[in-house]
Amino acid sequence: MTAISGDPTIISHDIDVASHHPDGSPRAMGFFTDTSICIGCKACEVACKEWNLVPDDGLSFTGDSYDNTGSIGCNSWRHVAFIEQGRPVAVSDPEAGDGLRWLMSSDVCKHCAHAACLDVCPTGALFRTEFDTVVVQQDICNGCGYCVSACPFGVLDKRREDGRVWKCTLCYDRLRGDLEPACAQACPTKSIQFGPVDELLALARERVDTLHQRGVGDARLYGADRDNGVGGFGAFFLLLDQPEVYGLPPDPVVSTRRLGQMWGAAAAAAGALALGVAAAFLGERR
Amino acid sequence: MTEARSYYGRPLLKGPVWEPDIAAYLFTGGLAGASATLAAAARRRGNDVLARRALMVALAGLIVSPPLLIRDLGRPARFHHMLRVLKVTSPMSVGTWVLSASGLATGVATGCEVLGVMPRLRTATETAAGALGPALATYTAVLIADTAVPAWHEARFELPFVFAASSAASAGAAAALVTPAASARPARRLCAMGALVELAATGVMERRLGEAGQPYSTGGNAVSRRLARGLTAAGALAMTLTGRRRPAAILGGLSVLAGAACLRWTVFAAGAHSVRDPAYAVGPQRARIERGESRGG
Repeated sequence: MTAISGDPTIISHDIDVASHHPDGSPRAMGFFTDTSICIGCKACEVACKEWNLVPDDGLSFTGDSYDNTGSIGCNSWRHVAFIEQGRPVAVSDPEAGDGLRWLMSSDVCKHCAHAACLDVCPTGALFRTEFDTVVVQQDICNGCGYCVSACPFGVLDKRREDGRVWKCTLCYDRLRGDLEPACAQACPTKSIQFGPVDELLALARERVDTLHQRGVGDARLYGADRDNGVGGFGAFFLLLDQPEVYGLPPDPVVSTRRLGQMWGAAAAAAGALALGVAAAFLGERR
Repeated sequence: MTEARSYYGRPLLKGPVWEPDIAAYLFTGGLAGASATLAAAARRRGNDVLARRALMVALAGLIVSPPLLIRDLGRPARFHHMLRVLKVTSPMSVGTWVLSASGLATGVATGCEVLGVMPRLRTATETAAGALGPALATYTAVLIADTAVPAWHEARFELPFVFAASSAASAGAAAALVTPAASARPARRLCAMGALVELAATGVMERRLGEAGQPYSTGGNAVSRRLARGLTAAGALAMTLTGRRRPAAILGGLSVLAGAACLRWTVFAAGAHSVRDPAYAVGPQRARIERGESRGG
């Protein structure tokens, strides 16, 4: 991994983490998670739990590499995935290579531009903030669970003991005070970068080009395309393999994009039902 | 399902957090909706005996439904938060209002009918409930299809027809069950038509879905699907051939109702089943990318 880590262009890149313009107006903020420099320390998971008072997820041994968190959920708003692949990595000292490649990636809510959770929420508990992020208002949520089934990433979940749905808020409280989210601040390698979405996108494209030039052909951006099925992510990623390897959907589509089709089919079926009822009376004497 | 790459085979989506209450509501809501329409039609045709009974069935369905829905909420005491907003992007929001309006209209109509008062108000509310009926019977299909759950979302074109037909069969069966045979002919016909269309629509759905439709017929669903088809077909047949005799109408009606309940359970369970295996989500998405239809995430 020496070919990738310790990259001065990343560390020195200075991004303004203030969530407001100098005139006080809010900016669209997000994450760029560069998994090529993730070391799997899970500081993001811990920092998130501490700041947001997220309850424990139970202590269980999964046997899946170093990952005992398992997946993102109501009690894990960051989840570090560990993937061991039998593939050699280019290292300067051939003796140091052991033919094994480790992929580590910190998953989080994508804060979709077209968010299914927000569309389907029947109470208006989910809303889009002034920073273009998606947040659940806990004083409104009545735990109907619709958003849980609607999310194409399996991010939202219902806390059984509490009854409501919980997910990453992109540290809404901290953003209002121009502070970095807890996970980004705790990340020791700057694998998690926080900043204005447009600046992060430029940085991500630069980074993927750099990696390609250095021979890391696997590097790709995930969620950076503003024309993807959910209109782009507010929290996007640089991955080193296909998204599904990390437990992410390769082509997520917001279900409400096809809502017109669905209401159309329902209208046709409802019409057929009305006609069927009328037909049942054909030939009946009044 | 064919092999897809995944993260330790873990589900990529969260399963529906809905309890079996919701499967029961898919049945009771559909029954109530189609019964309200049947009642309104019977009244227009001067069949007051059938109209009165179909209205009672609709009211029964509408009395049972809200508790099923409210009990399923994580915070039942906050059920009224649904009434803060009306969002067309949320089928659950639209459905809440349709259900509330149907309940109100059917309740008032039944009250007038039973007390024999205010016939004009009764006709108006009965007509309103009848008009809302088809919406009540089909919106639930949109509700479950408008999710990331593969078995539901992929079936989005057929599910409304499956639900409409199943609701018609249930409403006809329930009305024939409680109505004297001489007045119940339209109910028996509705039952038979609904059953026929239901069997056809589920067949079309399963054929079109192919591999993606496996959750409708594998695992525990193998039994409930067979029960749904068998009970619906047998009940509808009994209703059509011998429905003028009370015992046959009762047995046939119960059989069709049980078949409809099994069908709703099958659809409900297929959703959870399709979430457990990540291949149902990843497979079609990866195929879209490979066919060049999408550049992916």
